[in-house]
Amino acid sequence: MKAGVFAYARPSSLAEVFDLLEQCGDEAKILAGGQSLIASLNMRLAAPAMLIDINGLTDLAGIIVSGDMVRIGALTRHRSVERSVEVATHLPLIHQAMPYVAHAAIRNRGTFGGSIAFADPAAELPACSVVLDATFRIAGKSGERSVPARQFFKGLYETDIQAGEVLLGGEFRALQPGYRSAFLELARRHGDYAIVGVAAHGKFEGGRFSDVSLAFFGIGAIPVLTVSTAAALEGNPYSPDTVAAVQAAVSTDLEPYAYGDIYHGAATKLHLARVLAGRIVNALTAA
Amino acid sequence: MTPAQDTFDITLTVNGVSVSRRIAARQHLVDFLREELGLTGSHLGCEHGVCGACTVKVNGEIVRGCLMLALQADGASVETIEGLSESGAIADLQRAFHERNALQCGFCTPGMLIAAAELLECKPDATREEIRAHMAGNYCRCTGYQSIVEAVEVVCRGRVRQRA
Repeated sequence: MKAGVFAYARPSSLAEVFDLLEQCGDEAKILAGGQSLIASLNMRLAAPAMLIDINGLTDLAGIIVSGDMVRIGALTRHRSVERSVEVATHLPLIHQAMPYVAHAAIRNRGTFGGSIAFADPAAELPACSVVLDATFRIAGKSGERSVPARQFFKGLYETDIQAGEVLLGGEFRALQPGYRSAFLELARRHGDYAIVGVAAHGKFEGGRFSDVSLAFFGIGAIPVLTVSTAAALEGNPYSPDTVAAVQAAVSTDLEPYAYGDIYHGAATKLHLARVLAGRIVNALTAA
Repeated sequence: MTPAQDTFDITLTVNGVSVSRRIAARQHLVDFLREELGLTGSHLGCEHGVCGACTVKVNGEIVRGCLMLALQADGASVETIEGLSESGAIADLQRAFHERNALQCGFCTPGMLIAAAELLECKPDATREEIRAHMAGNYCRCTGYQSIVEAVEVVCRGRVRQRA
């Protein structure tokens, strides 16, 4: 299908974006990479009166390392994140996740901020941000604010970004000594949205796990941080008992969130989440 | 700032030729190429980014032509299968597709060729797994993946030999 009629503006500063958002209210959508937005326009799932193309705001693109913080600007293309030496060194979880973010041609256009702000429940980067306890920077006419990733995702395609605001980027703590990451996802085709996936980050030293966070995606309306798995892993070695405990914890934690989609029921997704839980614990020992 | 409006004048380079048109904001790049310029080699399959039949190159990188507005290509350099064919840049790839029966109905083929061409440029020493991962964004509904991967692999090996 074809998109409906809309007006288009390409502001060259954030101040202009805020003015346009104020004028148009709910009728406007921000266009970054467009890899979800234009698809939904073509399918007439969305019909905004105005698109505000922020691709001219080049200050919002880029990856900056300062001290032990890594900042990824909202307009940074997935391809740049995928190829970034800084990301590979300091944020190995995101480096591992990038090949799962859609396909090469989509990664060339799609942006980090678009993925976070769109908040697809089956998308990879929201879950990575939650596991890594990242912070998002958001700006509006009245100034800037920070929101922890763990409080940013509110519901299905719903985030903490308020009317008139724009996501500026994410801030991550660089990999600390002793920590490691692992990422796994099941999809019908490589690069498609996940049936279910998991991002993990924590320590495995002297044969024992500690401070491990797991977040599952594709199973709840938002990325789900499974708090009970941390307790099941804390201080324990890699063993069949530990894996069984983690899998049981995953069931308990995910059950209230699990939803079915048109291909897979909630029970299937819960089963697959347990399978991935076993694999991710193993992957953490090898990472 | 560009003032908000719903039609725009754009000028871009398509297959090395400068073109200018007045277009609607809602028109995506592949409709522009097909309807305005008559370049019908870029196909529209799903029109929501899933199938890859609309793959074209913008400023040297492959993109989904259905997920980019034509006006976003203002000032850009666009290459389509017509340009890549005429330049001879992918002649070896096209020959391999033919020899390996890597196309049946041919609908996906322009997108397949352009996606494969990017891999050949960036990573001609790609393993079979890497070829599969790179080509995963392009659907072939005649289920010809095995021969497509083989054709791409043959050309990868050939290009590596050429460089050696």
